[in-house]
Amino acid sequence: MGIFHRLRPEFWNGAADGGPYRSLFNYRRVWRLSVLLLAAVTLTPLCIMTVIDFNVTKQAVTQENLHRTTITTSNTRRTLSYFLDERLAALNFAARAESSRALASQERLAAVLADLKAAFGGFMDLGLIDASGRQIAYVGPYDLLGIDYSTQEWFTRTMASGSYISDVFLGFRNVPHMIIAVRAETPGGAAFVLRASVDTQRINDILAGIDLSGGGDAFLINRDGVLQTVSRSHGSVFERLNIPVPDNPDRTEVHEIPDDGGLIIGYASIERTPLVLMVVKRQTELMRPWYAMRFNLVGFLGASILVILVVILGVATYMVEKIFHADQTRAKTMEQMEHTNRMASIGRLAAGVAHEINNPLAIINEKAGLMQDLIRFSKEPPPPERVSGLVDSILASVERAGAITKRLLSFARHLEVHIEAVNLRKVAEEVLSFLTKEAEYRRISVDVAADPAVPDIESDRGKIQQILLNLVNNAFQAMDDGGSLRLRVFRPDPESVAVAVADNGCGIPAADVKRIFEPFFSTKKKKGGTGLGLSITYGLVQELGGTLAVDSELGHGSTFTVTFPLAKGDDGAPAARG
Amino acid sequence: MRLLLVDDEAELVSALAERLNLRGIEADYATDGDAAADKVRANAYDLAVLDMKMPGLSGLDLKKKLQRLRPGMRFIFMTGHGSEEDFRAGSAEAAGYLVKPVRIEALLAAVEAALAAGRS
Repeated sequence: MGIFHRLRPEFWNGAADGGPYRSLFNYRRVWRLSVLLLAAVTLTPLCIMTVIDFNVTKQAVTQENLHRTTITTSNTRRTLSYFLDERLAALNFAARAESSRALASQERLAAVLADLKAAFGGFMDLGLIDASGRQIAYVGPYDLLGIDYSTQEWFTRTMASGSYISDVFLGFRNVPHMIIAVRAETPGGAAFVLRASVDTQRINDILAGIDLSGGGDAFLINRDGVLQTVSRSHGSVFERLNIPVPDNPDRTEVHEIPDDGGLIIGYASIERTPLVLMVVKRQTELMRPWYAMRFNLVGFLGASILVILVVILGVATYMVEKIFHADQTRAKTMEQMEHTNRMASIGRLAAGVAHEINNPLAIINEKAGLMQDLIRFSKEPPPPERVSGLVDSILASVERAGAITKRLLSFARHLEVHIEAVNLRKVAEEVLSFLTKEAEYRRISVDVAADPAVPDIESDRGKIQQILLNLVNNAFQAMDDGGSLRLRVFRPDPESVAVAVADNGCGIPAADVKRIFEPFFSTKKKKGGTGLGLSITYGLVQELGGTLAVDSELGHGSTFTVTFPLAKGDDGAPAARG
Repeated sequence: MRLLLVDDEAELVSALAERLNLRGIEADYATDGDAAADKVRANAYDLAVLDMKMPGLSGLDLKKKLQRLRPGMRFIFMTGHGSEEDFRAGSAEAAGYLVKPVRIEALLAAVEAALAAGRS
């Protein structure tokens, strides 16, 4: 026996007894609908909120990364700018504090370089170039004394603008370096240029000192996109950068590049230099905290969905099971009520039938008695034709009594559920036959009109008898002597057949019409009405897949129209046999 | 003694009348209220045996009608129903009450009793 079999609720297989009124609903469908609706109502907002939270958090983390990159880029730009400006200012000071004559002395120049190194650091060498571009003094690791720089761009730009910070270039020493040059003038008005090479290692140290997350990289490029410092993963000095560079990166800018696994790139140009700082961070690294958070979020969502589904399944199963049990109790009560009503009907019929049978019995009694009297009191034996007439009369009365008992038996025989072809006109006439004598005594005119085109239906004959008997009995009770009862069998639409039971009795007050099918509602309680007749009739009609409608006018009569389906429905309702 | 039998079952009432005739009792019969009234107008009956339930006029109503036509006439009710209601009405309104099928001896006894009660 599987676990599902053990956990399967009772309603799963529906009503076990299969009796009448067995269930009002398709409980599997109700259960499925409840689970779906509850799941939709609870899980949809949860999923929507999770997706929103997911995106908002992701966006916040991304924005935070962009913001941090902006700050890092901006701060590094300021540090580098300050580093270069400081050295430019120091060189400017040296050029103005010392005369060109003094600086032309190798010893003095070396002393100045030593002072600059000691005070500021970051200087590699120092050279004095006269206005013609010739280096007239030089201290440093290269042999550059006497070199003519007049054609060099840095020289002409220094002479033109007073100072210059270069990008990295090879120059005469054929080693990548970067220079700062300032122009000064002798008291006599002769211009000269004091030039120093910057120790790029100091710049590299500044860039290496930036707190970058794993996989981050910071380096300098020139405006042509050529690397000026060593990059961890984007090439060596003088190589062209393999990622796009903005056209005019004068401001600090940060961009996302989805390629290459996703990059966040910060750009900032170093003022008064041809240099551009670039800070490159890998999004996969930056988003690592987000990935951890995402895992937690998805995990929480999954756990929540699981818990909610378990609760929904439990609650829905419990509720539907409770409704199912209540429905089963109702069905059993209704079944008992119907049985009681049917027994009461048979009891009522029996009283009427006894009366009807008494008449032929009385005739038999009198005819037989007469035959006896004729033999006893007449001197001559009665003629054979007289005896034969009396016997015929007795036999006719026996036949009449037999017909009455057969009718009653036909009613009692249909206590069990049995689907068969039913002719509604015949059933209506059969039911009315029980009440013929009462109608005669009470001078109630009874009329049955049936549309000949109405086909037989596949249904439960006994239940239809019960329904019509209840309605006809009700009509008889509603009418005074001399009333009129009309039964009409017709086809209201191609899918159904109907019987209308119309009386011209007392009618039903408008306020009561809505309640007459409720159990225990009766307007005849003082006359012994239980209030169950119409309620049971309504239940029987529903059980056969039909409808019961009432149209009543107080003081003028009522018409009860019961409609039976012609075609077999999905719910097991009876079907037509045309 | 002259009797009138009234019942909507003609075969029953005719046989019963004949059986009474064979016993020397002058008995007529009618099968509805109007015919019964006509006969009462025409003949001096001492007693009428009426079926309680008949189409049209009921036994009780017919009794009232015939009583108006012939005051002092005695009545016996006959019924095939035997309900409590019939029994109460029959016992109160008539000198006798019989349930169908009626044994002839019971009818004769009821007739005797009714006529004796009328004489006393």
